Amino acid sequence: MVTTEKPKYKVVGTRPIRPDGVEKVNGRAEYGADVSLPGLLPGAVLRSPHAHARILSIDTSKAEAMAGVRAVVTSADFPPREGDGPQARDNVLAHDKVLYVGHAVAAVAAVDLHTAEDAVELIEVQYEVLPHVMDVRDAMLDGAPILDATLRTGEPDGSKGDSATNVAQHIHYEKGDLAAGFAEADIVIEREYETTMAHQGYIEPQNGTALWGPDDQIRIWTSTQGLFAVRDTVAGMLGLPVKSVKVEPVEIGGGFGGKIPTYLPPVAALLSRKSGKPVKLTMSRKEVLEATGPTSGTYMRVKMGAKKDGTLTAMEAWLAFEAGGYPGSPVGAATMCVFAPYACANQVIDGYDVLVNKPQTAAYRAPGAPASEYAAECLIDEIAEALDRDPLELRLQNSVKEGDSRADGFTYGPVGHVECLQEAQESPHYQSELSGENRGRGVASGFWFNIGFETSMAAQIQSDGTVPLVMGAVDIGGSRASAAMQFAETLGIASEDIKPHIVDTDSVGFTFLTGGSRTAFANGWAAYECAMDMRRQMEERAATIWDCDRESVRYDDDGVIRGPAAAAGAPQEFTFKELAAELPNTGGGIVGRADVSKTTHGPAFATHIVDVEVDAETGKVEVLRYTAIQDVGTAIHPSYVEGQMQGGAAQGIGMALNEEYIWDDKGRMVNSSLLDYRMPTALDLPMLDTIIVEVPNPGHPYGVRGVGEVPIIPPAPALHAAIYNAIGERMRTLPMSPRRILERTLPDDE
Amino acid sequence: MSDKIIVSATINGDPTDILVSSRDSLLEALRERAGVLGVKEGCNDGNCGACSVLLDGRLVNSCLVMAAEVEGSDVTTVEGLAEADHLHPLQQAFLEDAALQCGICTPGFLVAAKALLDENPSPSEHEIRYWLAGNLCRCTGYDKIVRAVQHAAETLQTTS
Ligand code: FES
Ligand code: FES
Repeated sequence: MVTTEKPKYKVVGTRPIRPDGVEKVNGRAEYGADVSLPGLLPGAVLRSPHAHARILSIDTSKAEAMAGVRAVVTSADFPPREGDGPQARDNVLAHDKVLYVGHAVAAVAAVDLHTAEDAVELIEVQYEVLPHVMDVRDAMLDGAPILDATLRTGEPDGSKGDSATNVAQHIHYEKGDLAAGFAEADIVIEREYETTMAHQGYIEPQNGTALWGPDDQIRIWTSTQGLFAVRDTVAGMLGLPVKSVKVEPVEIGGGFGGKIPTYLPPVAALLSRKSGKPVKLTMSRKEVLEATGPTSGTYMRVKMGAKKDGTLTAMEAWLAFEAGGYPGSPVGAATMCVFAPYACANQVIDGYDVLVNKPQTAAYRAPGAPASEYAAECLIDEIAEALDRDPLELRLQNSVKEGDSRADGFTYGPVGHVECLQEAQESPHYQSELSGENRGRGVASGFWFNIGFETSMAAQIQSDGTVPLVMGAVDIGGSRASAAMQFAETLGIASEDIKPHIVDTDSVGFTFLTGGSRTAFANGWAAYECAMDMRRQMEERAATIWDCDRESVRYDDDGVIRGPAAAAGAPQEFTFKELAAELPNTGGGIVGRADVSKTTHGPAFATHIVDVEVDAETGKVEVLRYTAIQDVGTAIHPSYVEGQMQGGAAQGIGMALNEEYIWDDKGRMVNSSLLDYRMPTALDLPMLDTIIVEVPNPGHPYGVRGVGEVPIIPPAPALHAAIYNAIGERMRTLPMSPRRILERTLPDDE
Repeated sequence: MSDKIIVSATINGDPTDILVSSRDSLLEALRERAGVLGVKEGCNDGNCGACSVLLDGRLVNSCLVMAAEVEGSDVTTVEGLAEADHLHPLQQAFLEDAALQCGICTPGFLVAAKALLDENPSPSEHEIRYWLAGNLCRCTGYDKIVRAVQHAAETLQTTS
């Protein structure tokens, strides 16, 4: 672990057992699908078999008449529509059109799941099938099938286009003088890149349980990345005030951004209202792949110019991202990230958000960046080759540092890209020799913003000195542990004495969703301020007990409360536990609280190194060795930081080498099972080495930046470079699957 | 609504009668009828291993076994690994080595790893990876899971 002037912490940086761990290893943790309630009815959803069609009629009478069926709903059960054009709820239950295969159309609740599934088959839907469009380039052409006749392109200046289109948004950034930058260059290279739609692949399918009471109070249980987001979405779609909806916390079995959107809870709520019973909907794996948001497939063009000495003089990107059936691809973040690691003075970036007849896209780990930075990093590798420079050295020469700014205008504070590159150069992996036929090494960097936003926490002290800590941020991979540790550090007590709990939306202040690598950062801020609030109150209480001035009492970082010397001269002090025991008799308990909304998040950089061997017969790429280097600011619990780096790298490797949506000519996904979608297994990966770099974020009490997202970015371009160095082919389409590699390596006549 | 049958099996050491539908898989019977919720569903078609259980000591995907088939059998799920208040060394190693993030795959990995160590008390890294290839984890990249299994194997060897 690399450390720059690291403060001495007692809890931060250690590896305690996570507070929610035991329940997760003994099978007792309650995930969304485990919710059971008296009278609970299971349900099933009818989905569109067409990629693009108008719904002419839906006849639910046969399903309703079936024995054991308790309720059937369609979009007609939502409150009246407001205004024209599609609405968010149309993705939950289609209104007049279906926009992709798998689009939900109707739902049934019944006495058991088999009955519900049989009843769904009895719903009769008449469709007028329309031409569909699957490719982002086709969708942008004049004369392409139009998904939403009311859509007009939002232009960078805020104006709207004047004709029907599938392009929802055009984003444009520029800085410097692009033409002058290219004129200055000794070499200019332009390349095209493509990526295919890929799924987050969380192991737990979506689920949603709702209980609609006769008093119009709705309780929801669902695996989500944001309890408050679900509350607001359900209330909004059902036309109810937020006070009508309470979302209960349950454990979540992975999300990676895919469990930010709300799909099932509003439908379960409608079924519950009709049936008078609690209703649970769970998706099959096919439904997860076909109907929950994957990340966009893309088409990208990137052009760069450089001087002989290695200086990058001009960078240009043109990025078209599939949005799915409704606007909202991550192209915005993709445009901001594409050249983010480099300080090139002259840049022009254009991005397009484009409707196609595929599932509505959702966030997926550093949304947008794995595609756009793949394109840019692959081209950096080609520039390095053309200039005969070491690819790490070329990156070092051009890396952003404090004070540099991006084309979108953001100026960096202290950032750790340079440190990551230097660590990579000195790493045992990069220093080692790689030899052998069809073997190659590649490197690449990645950038992600990380975000802040609203977070609430409250804590009370029990008489034995333990502290229950309640929070609203969903824990998707250890955030209860990191919050408890930062809280304990601030109070100067042991993290084992903190009992973190995630509570329902009525029991804690508004908390933004778990995503954007924000939770360790924002929870940490809230934990710090909540603990400081507690320290102030404990100083006051000690002053009362000692009958002294409030100002003469000090809560020190070692967890000891010190007051002025008593009359006899002996120092007066309490440990945290001693004072906790006094509280009940000296005025009652103490509640600490914090509501924070911080914008001092710290950008994160990573550099990865990979060695591969390409099997000439099968085209399969074997990952021989992998090292992930990342600036995390401060590692609160290093084991979980490493785990995020490894998990992100594994997803990046899957996206790079295998995972893709494969479609037939009717717009149907033909590989909608986990076996055919083919995510990496334990056998596909080596050990994933990690090097944690710590350049503390000055905008955080413990220097945290956020960890989860950036590690998914470097794997694809690093593998691109490694495969090129192994077999001499530059693979510019993801995934670099055995089929695509063989298409390039096998002689034409075979 | 289909035919109902009573299946008698030993679940985690307890003789149990479960009323099941003839269409129920063992996974459905355990989760929906017997309330054994540590068994997880990730795919319902044998591709993810989240539903792994031991059936008479043999590792199976419970989503691929019909409930009616387990009459008279011995079924072990993650709930059956710990002894009274002692976690199994695999559970302890998963905790200490941070081998879980979201934890949804963990019950399946623990059961599968137990089956491995019952058969091969000191597996190599490759043997562990090969054996666990039927269990998908999307959070960890497997590194810490493999290490935790190695760690538990060592613990079991020194304590037995
Ligand atoms: S649920 Fe049985 S293998 Fe996935
Ligand atoms: S820990 Fe989340 S899938 Fe394995």
